[in-house]
Amino acid sequence: MSATGAGRPLLEVTDLKKYFPIRRGVFSRISGWVRAVDGVSLRIAPGETLALVGESGSGKTTTGRCILRLLEPTSGRVVFDGTDLLSLPARAMRRMRRQIQVVFQDPYGSLNPRMRVGTIVREPFDIHRIGANRRERDEMVAALLRRVGLDPGMRDRYPHEFSGGQRQRIGVARALALRPRLIVADEPVSSLDVSVQAQVINLFIDLQEEFRIAYLFIAHDLAVVERIADRVAVMYLGQIVEVAARGEIFRNPLHPYTRALLQAIPIPDPARARERQVLRGDPPSPAQPPPGCRFHTRCPSAVEACPRIEPPLLEVTPGHWVACHLHPGPEVGR
Amino acid sequence: MPRILEVTDLSTHFTTPEGEVRAVDRVSFHVDEGQTLGLVGESGCGKSVLALSLLRLVPPPGRIVSGRIVYKGGDLMALPERGIRRVRGREIALIFQEPSTALNPVFTVGYQIAEGLIVHKMMKKKEALREAARLMEVVRIPDPGRRVRDYPHQMSGGMRQRVMIAMALACRPSLLVADEPTTALDVTIQAEILDLLRNLKRDFRLSLILISHNLGVIAETADRIAVMYAGRIVEEAGTNDLFARPKHPYTAGLIRSIPRLGDAGPEGGDRKKRLAAIEGTVPDLLRLPPGCAFQPRCPDVMRECREHVPGLRPLGDSSDTVACFKHHDPEGRPR
Repeated sequence: MSATGAGRPLLEVTDLKKYFPIRRGVFSRISGWVRAVDGVSLRIAPGETLALVGESGSGKTTTGRCILRLLEPTSGRVVFDGTDLLSLPARAMRRMRRQIQVVFQDPYGSLNPRMRVGTIVREPFDIHRIGANRRERDEMVAALLRRVGLDPGMRDRYPHEFSGGQRQRIGVARALALRPRLIVADEPVSSLDVSVQAQVINLFIDLQEEFRIAYLFIAHDLAVVERIADRVAVMYLGQIVEVAARGEIFRNPLHPYTRALLQAIPIPDPARARERQVLRGDPPSPAQPPPGCRFHTRCPSAVEACPRIEPPLLEVTPGHWVACHLHPGPEVGR
Repeated sequence: MPRILEVTDLSTHFTTPEGEVRAVDRVSFHVDEGQTLGLVGESGCGKSVLALSLLRLVPPPGRIVSGRIVYKGGDLMALPERGIRRVRGREIALIFQEPSTALNPVFTVGYQIAEGLIVHKMMKKKEALREAARLMEVVRIPDPGRRVRDYPHQMSGGMRQRVMIAMALACRPSLLVADEPTTALDVTIQAEILDLLRNLKRDFRLSLILISHNLGVIAETADRIAVMYAGRIVEEAGTNDLFARPKHPYTAGLIRSIPRLGDAGPEGGDRKKRLAAIEGTVPDLLRLPPGCAFQPRCPDVMRECREHVPGLRPLGDSSDTVACFKHHDPEGRPR
């Protein structure tokens, strides 16, 4: 799949799978598998933002964790800048982590409550022995804190003394410390208050412009995604159902699930009331995904083939990929 | 239109080792019969404590220190404990954000819906369970005859929230208070639940107080909106007016700071469009700034904002209100 155009991608993921065993009974026999990620392929160009969107259980977080090797994938390839991450030994992977950083959703759980924020942000420099001495590292910490909009005078405080938005800035500062080329951001603004969320989104936008970082931006809020993404990949039950450039996916969504997702977003503008097709039913469990197209049980436009045949992800117009029987490839049946 | 609820100068405080927290501070608002009032605000602004205060359910160390809650002409604050218990569920019902913690894991959902009917309406258990199944059908739970025997853990989050709504409807209340009813749910499920609430409101002739931090949810559901900040209502107006002409700088900032679909600007090589954020953070209720609580973040701050707390005053001869010195002076005279 190549939706990024020319040039070598910074990150290329091919047919990634992560199955979790379901264990039952006293002997914990494996009685089934949760197919959390089931054949995901994606590419990210240097300096690009790919947003991975989907609802709970879609596998977007698991995909991010497999790319970071915080989880070992069941199968697939993850190639970063020409290196296959999954075959790297632990030490080499540690070195690689300088270039791939992560920002988590929960700014409360992801910062060590017993460490001062200065130490938290300095830790990457200490671990990777960057900077000639402690004083130089402290100066680098001060510069980072300033860059993310925090007062370096607060470096001796503990995480609990900061608000959610400030903590997320600390998390961003730490991720930024080693000048990574890719940041995997897993729902980085969804636990923040609206007025603070905007500040942190702006910070992500500014930092990308300044440092040319690529983002894998995992989110469920499409309005946030529209601000920050260059391309958007929509996941449903462990698979990507549609990928396209930001403008294309919002203007011309092709997969019925993408459409439903876009229509479901409540619009904060009473003057713009619109038509909405409300989906019926809950998403099925990823332990027992429906046969054929996984969305067919909720799809308003399902046809005869949908429960029988799994639709492949096809490029219908340049850069616009969709896995749906209603869109069976370029120029065909459209 | 007759008023079903009129709250005047309601204050709920929490006594903590660090001091007195004014979670709800001299709040006044009303709900007209058959209308939906949206109560919007960020975390810690007091909106959930306000919901609990309406039914006098504030847990200690919190307590209602003053105010009147006039429901259908009678003051709930004047009722004895037995009297308010009769109001809860039968007249005013509550729906909470977390359906997984609000349901009892050891009883079937059918029994939990029926319980209110057995206690309040003296129904026989069998009859109440039949009514429970009917209510489950009303809230669009598929196969209700079978699912009345399900336990909460056998249901998805969206289905559990429907069970909560069925429980709330069981005793035919006139006013429903829904506190972030869709916040824990995915957007497609949220859309279904909001659709359901709108239909139920019509079919059961309910009045609704919908509490949310999500301006989109509020915009699509409410007739009028009250905006809360740091324990106080800072503005109240009709939904269209509030979005078209917000009067309080906090309301205006909040509306500007939310990303909306179709607003991100053209794609391609040009700069991604930044959002208009409100600078600073929501204040700690224990360390409120002097004067108006929003003053340190306000782009239009004036000298009197740092010295006096603006009261909630009517705007002209409309029923809209605002607490801001841009619109009235410290003596309450319009500007």
